[in-house]
Amino acid sequence: MEHRDDIGAKLGMWVFIFTEILLFGGLFLVYAIMRLSYSNEFHQAAHHLNAFIGTINTIVLLVSSATVAMSITAVQKGNNKLAVLLLFITLICAAVFMVNKYFEWGHKIHIGLYPGSDLMVSLSHGQVMFFSLYYFMTGLHMFHLVVGGIILTIVMIKVQTGTINASRYVLLENGGLYWHLVDLIWIFLFPLLYLIT
Amino acid sequence: MHTETVHITPYRAHAWVLIALLALTFVTITVTWIDLSALTVAIALLIASVKAYIVLTNFMHLKFESSLFRVFVGMVLAIYVLVILFTLSDYLFR
Amino acid sequence: MTEEKTHHPEPSYLVDTGKYKGLMAWLTSTDHKRIGLMYMYAMMVFFAVGVLLGMIMRIELFFPGQQFYGPQMYNGIFTIHGIIMIFTVVIPGLAAVFGNFSMPIMIGAKDVAFPRLNLFSFYLYVLGAAIALASQFMGNGPPDTGWTFYAPYSIQTHTNVVAAVFGAFVLGFSSILTGLNFIVTMHRMRAPGMTFFKMPLFPWSLYATAWIQVLATPIVGITLLMIIAERWLRIGFFDPSLGGDPVLYQHLFWIYSHPAVYIMILPAMGVITEIIPTFSQKKVFGYRAIAISSLAIALVGYFVWAHHMYTSGMSATARWIFSLLTFLVAVPSAIKVFNWVATMYKGSISVKPPFLFALGFIFLFMIGGMTGLSLGALATNIHVHDTAYVVAHFHYIVFGGVGFAFFAAIYYWYPKMYGRMYNFKMANWSFVFLFSGFNLLYFPQFIIGIMGMPRRYFDYLPQFTFGHQLSFFGGVLLVIGFVIMLITLFSKKGAKAPDNPWGGRTFEWRIPSPPPLENFDIMPEMGENEQPYDYK
Repeated sequence: MEHRDDIGAKLGMWVFIFTEILLFGGLFLVYAIMRLSYSNEFHQAAHHLNAFIGTINTIVLLVSSATVAMSITAVQKGNNKLAVLLLFITLICAAVFMVNKYFEWGHKIHIGLYPGSDLMVSLSHGQVMFFSLYYFMTGLHMFHLVVGGIILTIVMIKVQTGTINASRYVLLENGGLYWHLVDLIWIFLFPLLYLIT
Repeated sequence: MHTETVHITPYRAHAWVLIALLALTFVTITVTWIDLSALTVAIALLIASVKAYIVLTNFMHLKFESSLFRVFVGMVLAIYVLVILFTLSDYLFR
Repeated sequence: MTEEKTHHPEPSYLVDTGKYKGLMAWLTSTDHKRIGLMYMYAMMVFFAVGVLLGMIMRIELFFPGQQFYGPQMYNGIFTIHGIIMIFTVVIPGLAAVFGNFSMPIMIGAKDVAFPRLNLFSFYLYVLGAAIALASQFMGNGPPDTGWTFYAPYSIQTHTNVVAAVFGAFVLGFSSILTGLNFIVTMHRMRAPGMTFFKMPLFPWSLYATAWIQVLATPIVGITLLMIIAERWLRIGFFDPSLGGDPVLYQHLFWIYSHPAVYIMILPAMGVITEIIPTFSQKKVFGYRAIAISSLAIALVGYFVWAHHMYTSGMSATARWIFSLLTFLVAVPSAIKVFNWVATMYKGSISVKPPFLFALGFIFLFMIGGMTGLSLGALATNIHVHDTAYVVAHFHYIVFGGVGFAFFAAIYYWYPKMYGRMYNFKMANWSFVFLFSGFNLLYFPQFIIGIMGMPRRYFDYLPQFTFGHQLSFFGGVLLVIGFVIMLITLFSKKGAKAPDNPWGGRTFEWRIPSPPPLENFDIMPEMGENEQPYDYK
């Protein structure tokens, strides 16, 4: 007899999410301390970020979270086809987010604004801290987005093949939880980085 | 062990949650246009927290999980807030 | 590790029943008992390396001035000694070895909640340890920052810090996954009828430990990643020349690394809490107080980190807050000690080797704990900060506490692990050497520390010579003690062990020694009126 414990699996996922929250928590702590020391310079530096792209990405991520949540409903109702479609939309959203980030980072790196660059070192201390935090936080977030995308791709394939179905879908739920975590972190990153002008 | 009733959230509920989140995003952007100086951060964080709460309870299904999950989430957030406060006890009083 | 036929219908977990035989059967096994043993063997190797490095330091310190090697090498040696002993031995320590071996049996489960994840944790552990060790031989020489990797030196030194830091990061990840596994296991897999307050106290201590592992380790994870990013990308969070703040590094580092002390010591306390009632044949005194004090230590212990930083230029407010909290965390620790003593009171005590080591633990832990309070007090701390006094204090906790509990646990569960007994006389001798050697090694460090001997110094003033020489001889006695212990345990097969050699009451003593693969022939239950420590 195979041991199966969906609640246990979900509990495990939640505990893992706690570690992720505290992983980013360490960064937010650094942000808080730096913001405290360099409040004005953070305001100035934030002008260099493109709030429009930030907003687009926020909307994209929120939509992707909703589609993941809906895909669970679809699987519960036995509609695997719709679930695959919804998951596919989620992955498209992730791709859009990445493309936006590519242009956002690309532009900054193009004008020579990246950690360790000559331009960066010539900036005031507070601005250096802001851009370092910007790169580190969004970079780590992006890494999680990629991992989440890989997880959801696997999940999508399993929904397609029927391994995940109306009577057995904890894997989808856990993949969804991870994806919402990525969204959660962005919900805080967005105002703290883009909207402090 | 697998006897608890499954709660199926209707599509429409998810759609409403999404609309609420988008609306809050809009609000938080609008607020930055108004200059409230020191309050700006507080308001931005407050709105972000509301959004996070909505995501946690609805998308992440906490509303329908056993209370153990909610207790854990609350505990983790409380510990994290305490960590920040204790660290600030150094930086705010130097 | 072959085992002859037993009279039990199910073969023991030591017999290979799967696809593979021999070493491969172990390396691919998801059985919690085998994984526990694999951790133990790995840790013994690392521990031996750590002891060797420690002795190399003691030899150099035998006389003032340079004897055999120079200061740079000394810096490298104390760094790797710390990294090995902290990250690969005591932090995974009792939780990884005995948590894996005993905990699922004690709560009446067949295995942990996620057996494959458990094996994955083990491989992460091996990988992390290998990377940390490799840092010694790659790049521009062994790291010389101390195991704390304090910035800004750790971002300036040309030695191979990145590899060591990355090794510690991987080890942290392994620790997180073990904690996660244990939390879910204890929530979901307890035997029917075993409520949380009927769970034995070693699992209780592991539960508290697991939460620290899960909630504190990520902070050091991200901090270590920041150190790597500092070195590679110059992000400058901790680099004052770019506007960063080195004290912030210390905060982040100790937010994990102080709770890490409780990751080490809580399972040790849990083991002692199992051993004392078994060898006193008496119900544990204050079951609930011990269980809750584990959680209290975990919780309060999370918020005492900055007592490592009194001299780093923190605000006065922060200093008294953290000093107060440090004194608070001593309360639940003391509760445990009182309960152990009260359990022994009027018990029918049989002084077998595990009990002897448990007594040694209590004695050494008390010295370590008391001196910890004098370090936690603001005024005295200023005087003894970064002296040999600190070195003595944390060795009394980490070695006298965790180490002796580890030895106690080996002697306690050895019959269950291998189905064999060992020679008590030899085991007692190992205790005599270890205990006297330990005190001779570390007690003089308290004294020369108060006299002003700084820690991590390659050279010293002549008045400290005698203290250092005593320490050296203590070290020799310790090494002899280890050798005796290894001979006792692993040189030859002892007599066959009965299922319950000590008269214990917890579940692991109701099943065969060694246990069958799935632990229980009939899944155990706990009756309405049953308690975990029902001694007469």
